[in-house]
Amino acid sequence: MPDSVLVDLPAPAVPGAVTESARQGDAPIGVLALQGDFREHADVLRALGAEVVLVRRPEELARVGGLVIPGGESSVMDKLARMFGLFEPLRAAVQDGLPVYGTCAGLIMLADTVLDGIAGQQSIGGLDIIVRRNAFGSQAASFETDLQVAVLSGAPMHAAFIRAPVVERVGPAATALARLADGRCVAVEQGNLLGTSFHPEITGDYRFHEYFLRRVAAAALRR
Amino acid sequence: MTETTSPEQVGSSRVKRGLAEMLKGGVIMDVVTAAQARIAEDAGAVAVMALERVPADIRSQGGVARMSDPDLIDSIRAEVNIPVMAKARIGHFVEAQILQALEVDYIDESEVLSPADYVNHIDKWNFTIPFVCGATNLGEALRRITEGAAMIRSKGEAGTGDVSEATKHIRTIKGEIARLSSLGKDELYVAAKELQAPYELVAEIAATGKLPVVLFTAGGVATPADAAMMMQLGADGVFVGSGIFKSGNPEQRAAAIVKAVTFFDDAKIIADVSRGLGEAMVGINVTDIPAPHRLATRGW
Repeated sequence: MPDSVLVDLPAPAVPGAVTESARQGDAPIGVLALQGDFREHADVLRALGAEVVLVRRPEELARVGGLVIPGGESSVMDKLARMFGLFEPLRAAVQDGLPVYGTCAGLIMLADTVLDGIAGQQSIGGLDIIVRRNAFGSQAASFETDLQVAVLSGAPMHAAFIRAPVVERVGPAATALARLADGRCVAVEQGNLLGTSFHPEITGDYRFHEYFLRRVAAAALRR
Repeated sequence: MTETTSPEQVGSSRVKRGLAEMLKGGVIMDVVTAAQARIAEDAGAVAVMALERVPADIRSQGGVARMSDPDLIDSIRAEVNIPVMAKARIGHFVEAQILQALEVDYIDESEVLSPADYVNHIDKWNFTIPFVCGATNLGEALRRITEGAAMIRSKGEAGTGDVSEATKHIRTIKGEIARLSSLGKDELYVAAKELQAPYELVAEIAATGKLPVVLFTAGGVATPADAAMMMQLGADGVFVGSGIFKSGNPEQRAAAIVKAVTFFDDAKIIADVSRGLGEAMVGINVTDIPAPHRLATRGW
């Protein structure tokens, strides 16, 4: 069988600070589980020593000290979040400083402005960015490439872009963390919010998740 | 596609299988017009399957069922922003080439259409676009994965509104995977022979306890309860074919099935979304092909 995707996942790179964080922040890490690859994120976070709660209801969100919004269909997550009374609690949690990491659809959910959304699509917001949904076109254009990420030590990050969004404009409050060779921004942070166009949860490189968990730990200490 | 100067790889197994990962926990809906695609997207479908006739109509009208007209597929692609899938006949690699040229997001090599080759399936490794294929048991699933399928759906019996075959197929696949996990290494060689699948793939599944690709279920799902049952049986998501647009109130039923798939383990929510959905698709037993005049009253 050509082109197997069965890769050996690298061992977590000395997650000392991360393990510590899982202890210090008593609250578990939530993964928004309305739709998408939430199980993959939950598996990564557990492998890094975090306690994980799947979040589909406001009372589950209230328990967590950090939240991951997975890859999936952003329009569906938005719709379900609004139908089941989770949208406003999510927005309030972000405004209250909850650390949140969004991948792909999750990045779209965190963007203040979304281009090419479906009719009536809303975002939680928080990141001072303009995101274009599905910026590369159809699945034929989905790709893998290596990215230099300044805030992550070590080798370039191998990244999978699947019908991925792109950050078309990084506002003054946000910081670009990674760009494609053509300059387009695909990873950003702002305060306690982190977003990537790509999916570290399916490529076996956990450094963004570790980076996020350190932020969760720091936020827990401040509270 | 916009080019960048860094080495990029398109069409890898990871991005093919990865798109299916992103569809998990979602509902993929059959649509035959742009207007239906609009309803599906508004209701929360994660993707739509663009085709000329839903399986119930293919079943009742008979004749050779083929790939849809490219104009129809284009009109549906133009209407929605969610992924668009389309069906090619089993073994019809030129239909698949056409669908790739049309830039659909996924190709369903589907038994709902008339097979073009009763021996060979499409060599799916030759394509940049990922394929989903049907399976009734684990051996069939593994043979499709060996040919390059990036997603599997249990087949069920399309166009009937009878979920019993879907139940049988997902239970069979899950049961066979569980059995593999219980076998010793020396027994896996015989298991591979019996499954008519490559040993390496069989050994991998015995070790991981799951398929290396996403497993949806399909064929006969007509109610929120049907969809939630498939999820509780271990499906990653659900295809709904005739069940939505052959029902009395497609908008409401589509949205209800979406909610039932997300909250598949919450009977109270499933009860709530099941209220007042109006006429379900008129059920027919898998052994009982309906008279055409009954079907005429179903659609819109």
